[in-house]
Amino acid sequence: MTMASYPVLVEVTLRPGIADPQGATIERALPALGFEGVEGVRVGKAIRFTVEAPDADTARSRVDDLCQKFLTNPVIEDALVSIGVEATIE
Amino acid sequence: MKVGVVVFPGSNCEHDVVEAVERVGATGELLWHGDSSLGDVDAVVLPGGFAHGDYLRPGAIARFSPVMGAVAKFADDGGPVLGICNGFQVLTEAGLLPGALQKNAGLKFLCRTVDVRVDSTDSVLTSGAARAQVLRLPINHFEGNYTCDPHTLDELRAEGRVVLRYVDNPNGATDDIAGICSSRGNVVGLMPHPERASDDLLGSTDGLVLLRSFLGVPERV
Repeated sequence: MTMASYPVLVEVTLRPGIADPQGATIERALPALGFEGVEGVRVGKAIRFTVEAPDADTARSRVDDLCQKFLTNPVIEDALVSIGVEATIE
Repeated sequence: MKVGVVVFPGSNCEHDVVEAVERVGATGELLWHGDSSLGDVDAVVLPGGFAHGDYLRPGAIARFSPVMGAVAKFADDGGPVLGICNGFQVLTEAGLLPGALQKNAGLKFLCRTVDVRVDSTDSVLTSGAARAQVLRLPINHFEGNYTCDPHTLDELRAEGRVVLRYVDNPNGATDDIAGICSSRGNVVGLMPHPERASDDLLGSTDGLVLLRSFLGVPERV
């Protein structure tokens, strides 16, 4: 089976309704810095890596599993997964 | 009575816990997180600190430490397990207690002594305390804001599993929750540090009633 290497970006965000004190603090600081009209600041994490898989669907399901079990705490966080164009592994 | 105190890389309250449990007549033994056995201990404490640097999330990496399999089995067999502060965070990440600990509402690291009320005596940590008893206990955390979904909260309340509540909520915790227990009451997690309230020199001895309960040691009259 040919394996390919997929670049992955996982954005971890706090679930809707979960308070985000970091985002709120940043938002409160903005007017003092001269940035008006910036609203809805939410702070999360971006995690980049590559995953080996035979095809994109398999890559996706492995990353979803990884997010569920480790990269996010499903009680308070969601994951937005983006999978890029694969590179063939020689 | 032998108490195993699990040491993760980054734990920093393990010696305080050993000192405190020995003060109430038990023997404390440090257990390394990389070991997959608990030996012959009668109770387990996951102490405070910053296990694995709190990287990713507090407790997220610690829950995969080899010792956690043994802790889960010990808890499943009914053994008393206590998670203090970072240990509470580890227990929630490991699924041994429900919910999660989120950043403090005020985004401040909180290091102060607070009043905590005993709201259930139906747990290994509070069995020797009196309901409505108020204890002066130190807190020392950045992520101590207890959060859970509404269904879990209903369940915790209905089953009397909220064992400790803040009198004056310092961190935004849902329903003022400072500590909860498992459905059988043998696994307890709390953000305050009872081991730091175990000697007059520390300003409070109110943690002793909790530690004595946990260790099954009757209060000396």
